[in-house]
Amino acid sequence: MSNSDNKFVTITINDKEIEAVPGSMLIDVADKSDIHIPRFCYHKKLSVAANCRMCLVDVEKAPKPLPACATPVNEGMVVWTRSERALTAQKDTMEFLLINHPLDCPICDQGGECELQDLSMEFGSGSSNFHEMKRVVVDKDIGELVATEMTRCIQCTRCVRFGEEIAGMREMGATGRGDRMEIGTFVEKSLDSEISGNIIDICPVGALTAKPSRYHSRAWEMMQTPSIASHDSVGSSVKLHTFKQKLVRVIAAENEDINECWISDRDRFSYQGVYAEDRVEKPMIKYNGIWKEVDWSTALDRTVENLTEVAAKDIAVLASPRATLEELYLLQKSMRGIGVSNIDHRLRQIDFNDQESAGAFPSLGMKIAEIENLDSILLVGSNVRKEQPMINHRIRKAALNGAKVMCVNPMELDFNYEVDTQRVSNPVEMINTLAIIAKASYTLSKNKIPAGLKDLFTGVRVNKIDKAIAENLMKSKKSAVFLGNISKQHPGYSTLRALSKAIAANTKSTLGYLSESANSAGAWLAGVVPHKKEADQVADVIGKNASEMLSRAKKVYVLLDLELERDSDNPQQAKAAMNQADTVIAITPYANKSLLALADIILPSAAYAETSGTYVNTEGTWQSFKAAAKGSGEARPAWKILRVLGNKLDVKGFDYVSSKDVRNELRELCKDINNENSVSVEGIYTKLDDVPTQCLYRIGNVGEYSGDSLVRRAAALQKSSPEQNAVQLNSKEIALLGLKDLVDDNSKEVTTVEVKQGEVVVSMPLIINDYIPDKCALLASGTQSSSLLGSAFGEIEITA
Amino acid sequence: MATTKTILSKHETDEIDRWLERFPKDKAQSALLAALRAVMHEDHYLSTAKMDAVADYLNLPKIAVYEVASFYSMYELDEKAAAKNTIAVCTNVSCMLNGSDGIVEHIEEKLGIKMGETTADGEFFFKVEEECLAACCGAPMMQLNHVYHENLTNEKVDELLDAVRSKRSLKDKEAS
Repeated sequence: MSNSDNKFVTITINDKEIEAVPGSMLIDVADKSDIHIPRFCYHKKLSVAANCRMCLVDVEKAPKPLPACATPVNEGMVVWTRSERALTAQKDTMEFLLINHPLDCPICDQGGECELQDLSMEFGSGSSNFHEMKRVVVDKDIGELVATEMTRCIQCTRCVRFGEEIAGMREMGATGRGDRMEIGTFVEKSLDSEISGNIIDICPVGALTAKPSRYHSRAWEMMQTPSIASHDSVGSSVKLHTFKQKLVRVIAAENEDINECWISDRDRFSYQGVYAEDRVEKPMIKYNGIWKEVDWSTALDRTVENLTEVAAKDIAVLASPRATLEELYLLQKSMRGIGVSNIDHRLRQIDFNDQESAGAFPSLGMKIAEIENLDSILLVGSNVRKEQPMINHRIRKAALNGAKVMCVNPMELDFNYEVDTQRVSNPVEMINTLAIIAKASYTLSKNKIPAGLKDLFTGVRVNKIDKAIAENLMKSKKSAVFLGNISKQHPGYSTLRALSKAIAANTKSTLGYLSESANSAGAWLAGVVPHKKEADQVADVIGKNASEMLSRAKKVYVLLDLELERDSDNPQQAKAAMNQADTVIAITPYANKSLLALADIILPSAAYAETSGTYVNTEGTWQSFKAAAKGSGEARPAWKILRVLGNKLDVKGFDYVSSKDVRNELRELCKDINNENSVSVEGIYTKLDDVPTQCLYRIGNVGEYSGDSLVRRAAALQKSSPEQNAVQLNSKEIALLGLKDLVDDNSKEVTTVEVKQGEVVVSMPLIINDYIPDKCALLASGTQSSSLLGSAFGEIEITA
Repeated sequence: MATTKTILSKHETDEIDRWLERFPKDKAQSALLAALRAVMHEDHYLSTAKMDAVADYLNLPKIAVYEVASFYSMYELDEKAAAKNTIAVCTNVSCMLNGSDGIVEHIEEKLGIKMGETTADGEFFFKVEEECLAACCGAPMMQLNHVYHENLTNEKVDELLDAVRSKRSLKDKEAS
């Protein structure tokens, strides 16, 4: 509804005249005017259920109190929310709700932040007329993330409606009847939705609480600090809850433009990783193979020594795209300050062919909220549901509004909405599929195919399905082509990008990147790429990219919050490079066994929530946050470490007082950068060989919970996604490999196979997944099982 | 409808397909009650596996099937309900005023089981607390399998139950 076409009606609530849009619900109108009406089942993002009756209000001329959540406003309506009739109705409702509710507030995690508790303070009576037995519900285990205590449930059905309307998969339901009705999953099963944790936030009582933080602290003992989630490129708003300066819980914060009021499970439960056992508390230097704890000045002096005694071209600097903008900028500024040009954050990328034409930063090309207004969307190499759950949520809203969602992927995916077309083929074929769509778009738009791209279209014949994809984009008023994480890791990324640009240009669609990490965009703006300095300025000397730095070993490596065996495309290659290097300097909150073996100097940095900083999300929004928790031991925020390092290296302009100074400096430099992506096609692309027929081709997109050092240490999330550590094949390939008997053997719970890539053999579980194309194996990267293997995309062998 | 293999029997899928024809294509949920009734007819109870199969066949979330199955008293979810015969005595107000409590007691004594239990020989399942079956004019009443029997007396109940016993169980009874 647009406001200009609508006449307003005037209603009176508690003697206050209010203008409202006709047809809107009384409770909404009251909320907007700061008149509070008690409620349990009503939630502004969910459909109206009107089953708790707590919002009963007194409406003039109505024979009985009416539920404000289900009563549309009318001209001249007169409402009292605190009249005797309203209050009596609310009190009576409260008495009924409390009939079966246990009095276990002292041991309930929700105690102190419970809507039922709050309202019973206001409307509850000290005694009850109910003397019969209270109802008890037997709990079922619904997974690692959500703890249930369904006896406390007041059956508001918010969680049920959330499943159907927001998560797009109904997992909770109301079974039974009458006083025996129960909310739950009915059968014992763990919740599968990637955003299931939101039911904890919306549950008005203590029936659904967060399992990992259960019994840790009371709501009133915790401090709340607003912050930004650090995993995908959405940058959801969160609230960090700390107890005795320790992070104990994360909940969703409202930010209508970005995450509405939802967050992904990854953003909610990853905080567990902050307190992993391998946190480093003191600076350490390895002397003749033995680690010794040293003080900061010794460690930094040694770092400076190591950096200055070799030629700048022999230094390689690699950073995590999860590091803050301030950290990345100071890293870049200090390293370029001493002449280092080999600097990059794109550790999972292997095709850098067209980096010059990539633009200022990989941007969504629009605001996140605008996605829901699109009419058609083409996803290229994206498992958006797992990679950026909140972007998927917006795409789902678009799809429910009738938008056509189409995708080109190396595997079929499970979407939580209707998808118009899923074009699935092996990773090399995938390029051909995209080429067909591009060719169709050239034909439809009557644009000329640029000379540089002609080769890609030889022998390409347009078919009906792929032509329809181009037509859909063409016909739509608002359309977009999104390149996802799988594309970015793809060995033919530049080809996928060139074709996507062509499709976007020909069909007048927006080209967008669903970039990987919380600060992928920030890393570009901070100049942590070999060909660009901060704020999109061309670098004086173009350095080596991440892949080159690791394929030919450098003498000195500087790593910022990285675990190369899990964060790089090719763990085998990365480890070989580290082994050959003279010195590896790691600025990191964690030191796992692998890092202890490879590194020479460890500078302990603050983990998530322990430092202030800024993330730039995929739409280009800069979001700053403060530190919420105390750092571990002598660990310091990485921006401070780098500030001192910059000073010690005698680089000019390192007298920042706060992280805000750093941010403001960069912000000023970036003021002219917009979030549009160029769609001009230069004709640069990488030609790939066909998938070999003799062996399997690995599809190694990043596992759901293995993208960065924090989430990999989050115990509950790791337990809830065991399949990311498995290798997945379709049943035809399993039969061809002669593994069928192994899989059919019911005596064993898990079928284990040997996977060989390069010279290394690793045994891991095998899962049948008929969504995987022939000749391919899905084997996620970033996981424990893949940390010994090679490139994410490449040949592998599987044996029993 | 479903393209993949299903554990539903031919009778069950035929019955579901017959009902699906009566509803618009995108309203497969409308056939759910009939689908569950078909499964009840075959198995005398609804196993989770069969409910899941119905969900897959109708392309519904599994929980949507559990909700309906657990709501109506005409569906049984426990395997022990899968006896040859099901006895359901109405105990709502009209029947109660006309002596249904005595009928219940008589049946419990006769079969040696309580309401909600199944006889050891698998002949009879005695349903818990059946709600009003809309035959108040003939109270007290019961439903034996699919058939209504009204104006019950203990003698009439004996006759009816003995008549539906399988021959083998009668022989067993005589022998003992």
